[in-house]
Amino acid sequence: MKIVVCIKQVPDTKGGVKFNPDGTLDRGAMLTIMNPDDKAGLEAALRLKDQYGAEVTVVTMGLPKAEEVLREAMAMGADKGILVTDRVLGGADTWATSQTLAGAIRNLEYDLIITGRQAIDGDTAQVGPQISEHLGIPVISYAQNIKIEGDSVIVERQYDDRYHVLKAKMPCLITALAELNEPRYMTPGGIFDAYNAEITVWGRANLVDVEDSNLGLKGSPTQIAKASDKVRKGAGEKVNLDPTESVDYIIDKLKVKHVI
Amino acid sequence: MNIQDYKGVFVFAQQVDNELSGIALELVGKGKDLAKDLGTEVTAVLVGSGVGALADTLGEYGADKVIVVDDPELKEYRTEPYAHALASVINEFKPDIFLVGATAIGRDLGPRVSARIHTGLTADCTQLDIGDFPINPIPGKEQLHNQLLMTRPAFGGNTIATIACPEFRPQMATVRPGVMQKAPREAGRKAEVINYNPGFTPNDKYVEILEVVKAVSDVADIMDAKILVSGGRGVGSPENFKILEDLAEVIGGTVSCSRAVVDAGWKPKDLQVGQTGKTVRPNVYFAIGISGAIQHVAGMEEADIIIAINKDETAPIFEVADYGIVGDLNKIVPALTEKLKVELAEK
Repeated sequence: MKIVVCIKQVPDTKGGVKFNPDGTLDRGAMLTIMNPDDKAGLEAALRLKDQYGAEVTVVTMGLPKAEEVLREAMAMGADKGILVTDRVLGGADTWATSQTLAGAIRNLEYDLIITGRQAIDGDTAQVGPQISEHLGIPVISYAQNIKIEGDSVIVERQYDDRYHVLKAKMPCLITALAELNEPRYMTPGGIFDAYNAEITVWGRANLVDVEDSNLGLKGSPTQIAKASDKVRKGAGEKVNLDPTESVDYIIDKLKVKHVI
Repeated sequence: MNIQDYKGVFVFAQQVDNELSGIALELVGKGKDLAKDLGTEVTAVLVGSGVGALADTLGEYGADKVIVVDDPELKEYRTEPYAHALASVINEFKPDIFLVGATAIGRDLGPRVSARIHTGLTADCTQLDIGDFPINPIPGKEQLHNQLLMTRPAFGGNTIATIACPEFRPQMATVRPGVMQKAPREAGRKAEVINYNPGFTPNDKYVEILEVVKAVSDVADIMDAKILVSGGRGVGSPENFKILEDLAEVIGGTVSCSRAVVDAGWKPKDLQVGQTGKTVRPNVYFAIGISGAIQHVAGMEEADIIIAINKDETAPIFEVADYGIVGDLNKIVPALTEKLKVELAEK
């Protein structure tokens, strides 16, 4: 079985979030990580590899620096890493990103494509389903409990108040949630091998069946009209009183605001 | 693509088990506002099996037209037939704007549809306006009018971006549930109903549903609550949520929680507030033992009054709280409940 996993290098918005004195985000001070949902997708692929035997190829699109997450993935157990990087791909929205990744994946053999549900920087959850559309294969998003049965994959797909047990013919695309599993650590030997492993680097010329008009900023239907750091409602009052006084304070505020 | 051919505001009227989801009426309400600004109509697109009767409700809440796509293949939600339904409606009726709820269904369906018809899709919008693009005139660039300006949070709620889709139609957005307001119901108001079926032929993209497992949940929907008593890891144990439940009962509120509590298995996921949970905007939000990670704040900062109780005076929750109390929740919360009982009994 051949599995392709799409991963993304993102700024770490969790824990490592730093603010400027005016309350805006200090991006320069933030670290980059492998997107958590993507890491869960990779872990799911590696478990299928452990269970059924599979070749796992990780693909990322980004700046040359994004090679770091490919090496991390290979240190966890992925077999091959492909970096898709080219100036003409910059500024892509989800349409252009999914066109790029679909163009790269058309070079590969695959039974299963796994992507994270969403990246923590954009939070769109669009690229996975859009890749599946471009490739003309079924998509199952928010997958849990992935099993292989013959030429089909059986997964649980979570909704608000229910889940569906779905069966799809392979090839198919699955999107994974960080809650899906606990990703394994890199092994020391894996880190050593990954450091020396060869990373395949592809540019525009390697993308199959994609028109220039669908790539990068120029190929992006959505355009940013305005972007700003969020202006937060300022902090209100903060008091440090004994419990009885605290209760009186809350009751007083609830009365002033006509809650009670 | 001739952009002038695309007219009207369309919304996907999500239903589950032939009951309209809350987001369907919220989108009709917002769609009505946008349609008014554009001098056009709002059309609800109802997709399912045996769902025609729901068109009346959509009309009463403001839909001018309802396009009904009714087919046995559409009984339970599946990506492919639903994507085919919406893409066919778009190709046939050519809407200027198409809105979908940012629900588990809509966030799966929206990208598949936008990729099929080649247009942009802005995810998880919290604000929609009609305006100019570029917003301010730029020399040498034509300023387009009557564009849909779609505003959404990104970077875990740290930044806000406004997005336009000037060269492709329809302008598509998924919209966060609980943010837009539904219009008041006008009993007896009728929408024009159009039945449309593009034909559904199963192929390899149709997945097979082997089983539907419904979680039995008798908890109130936290998105509808006027008062939320929300607990975090600081509550300490699932048993200790009892003191929050007592407070909620006395004040007429509902208990909700942070992600840490769900991850620890103390409370079910449908009570989770935050970016990966639900967006709430109650009149009063008690944040009890919640540190206030950005992802949590993104889901509750629109509450009218935020009251935080936390023993750590540096907790980020105090940066968004209207009233912050530094102290021991185990002492304050039960005492507050008792005092409230007395206060309310006097009324």
